[in-house]
Amino acid sequence: MKPYVSFEQISQVFSRPDGSSLMALKDVSFDIGRHEFVAVVGPSGCGKSTLLRLLSGLLRPTRGQVTLFGQPVTEPRDEVGIVFQKPTLLPWLNALENVVFPVRHKTGRVSRADYERARELIEMVGLGDFCDRMPGELSGGMQQRLGIARALLLDPEVLLMDEPFSALDALSREEMGFELLRIWNERPKTVLFITHSITEAVLLSDRVLVMSERPGTLVENIEIDLPRPRTAASIQEERFHEYSSQIRDLIYRPHYAA
Amino acid sequence: MNTQVKSETLSTDRTMPPEHSLRSSVALLLSRQAPLLTLLSFLLAWEFGCRLGAVPEYLLPAPSVILAAFTDVEAVRWLGHLWSTLRVALLGFLISIAVSLPLAVGMVRSRYLSRTLYPALVVIQSTPIVAVAPLIIVILGTGDAPRILITCLISFFPIVVAATTGMMSTPPELIELSRSLKARPSREIWQIRLPYAVPHLFSGFKVAITLSIIGAVVAEFVAAEQGLGYFVQFSTSYFKIPQAFAGLFFLSAVSLVLFKLVQFVQKRLFPWSLSEPKQH
Ligand SMILES: Nc1ncnc2c1ncn2[C@@H]1O[C@H](COP(=O)(O)OP(=O)(O)OP(=O)(O)O)[C@@H](O)[C@H]1O
Ligand SMILES: [Mg+2]
Repeated sequence: MKPYVSFEQISQVFSRPDGSSLMALKDVSFDIGRHEFVAVVGPSGCGKSTLLRLLSGLLRPTRGQVTLFGQPVTEPRDEVGIVFQKPTLLPWLNALENVVFPVRHKTGRVSRADYERARELIEMVGLGDFCDRMPGELSGGMQQRLGIARALLLDPEVLLMDEPFSALDALSREEMGFELLRIWNERPKTVLFITHSITEAVLLSDRVLVMSERPGTLVENIEIDLPRPRTAASIQEERFHEYSSQIRDLIYRPHYAA
Repeated sequence: MNTQVKSETLSTDRTMPPEHSLRSSVALLLSRQAPLLTLLSFLLAWEFGCRLGAVPEYLLPAPSVILAAFTDVEAVRWLGHLWSTLRVALLGFLISIAVSLPLAVGMVRSRYLSRTLYPALVVIQSTPIVAVAPLIIVILGTGDAPRILITCLISFFPIVVAATTGMMSTPPELIELSRSLKARPSREIWQIRLPYAVPHLFSGFKVAITLSIIGAVVAEFVAAEQGLGYFVQFSTSYFKIPQAFAGLFFLSAVSLVLFKLVQFVQKRLFPWSLSEPKQH
């Protein structure tokens, strides 16, 4: 049986404006199981966002193949939802309209059931009272929650998150992490979660993929064997620190790992 | 010295006792009415400067003389001139919008169009319209049409630029969202790019509406028997300098009102576009 998601020997080469070419990913292979939560960490520019865009179907790999549900990814699919680094809500729509926006944008009309669903999702991310607020009136954390609700509207099987909490302060960042785990628990999904924060990666995921500097290769694949549900107490555990320092060593001294 | 002054203002700010509230409300009033007060003192200085210096009327008439010249002309005549200029300026402005938006959309959608059209637009923009205006009148005759065309030629460029930069400044994430939903390209324009361009568009409109007045006046300078521009030119050629100044001020006032009107429309229809949220 084919794996749920698989990257098979992916290489990605971009051409620069000056005509030279740039190798962003080199021979990257890994699988993701159904309802698995996988985090990707690595230095800036190592191709993390590129991985995500490959799986979303927005980008075709130069070499290799990405498959989803056993089929090659050739174009964007409804089963995939994306949460961006910045919430990028539409400033002229209120919270509710922002969350139903994917349906309006895709089909041109929004049914009562869609609104119903959007309200449920907004309730779930804890913003039930803010349906008719404009994005400008909401804090960064609230906006990002709406971004998550928007990504969940079409009930995607796979959730792609590109440094979704990096614009938040440390406190709301941690809170949002636990919030995400709660949502993931309520509606299990396959998650590919990109982050710069080692702590966040270990705290949230089942598995951490560590990448090297450009050209990005996969350095290590670390199973995080910590009990769920994870809480603030998980951070105190000794194994948590072992995982964190292992990853830190891999990122800062990549030549030892190779 | 400096620090002393600073700490003094700080301490008064912090305490804000009741006896200061009168003074501070006067200060508030002053700061609110600052533009008006500046204008008034400018007019006063002008008036007394003219009187004391005995400046001849044909060089620089005093404000009181200009006001007298203004009231000397009957209201109906003013309205006739106003209507003539306004009609051309507003029609030119609206047609500019109607032409510029599709052009901008085309240039955002297609690299080919933007590469071929943009240079052409820049050429049109950099041609001195005052030099072309007589030609246009010769070719198209003396009706409203050539005047509207002159107005359009002068006012469309800022709208095209505002619309294209506005649409191009849409966050790339939203374009990716649109693509990941496999939405129709027309929806990307209507539901994402154009609304995103609204703040830019209105800055463009504000420039364009004042340029429209200029366009209408230029056209009247070349050939007209009505209009505020014609009135100013006609008065000058008969050495009715106070009357020319009256026409000039009337023109500025019309420009200002139109500018404010654009601002008002933006505030009414797109209130969200005034307070830019931090996210972009
Ligand atoms: N469309 C593109 N055209 C050209 N080069 C690109 C393109 N997209 C990405 N790159 C380059 O590929 C490399 C990897 O980019 P990517 O955005 O995937 O990195 P990243 O790991 O997400 O970085 P960061 O942590 O800073 O977000 C970078 O050097 C980037 O400049
Ligand atoms: Mg990135």
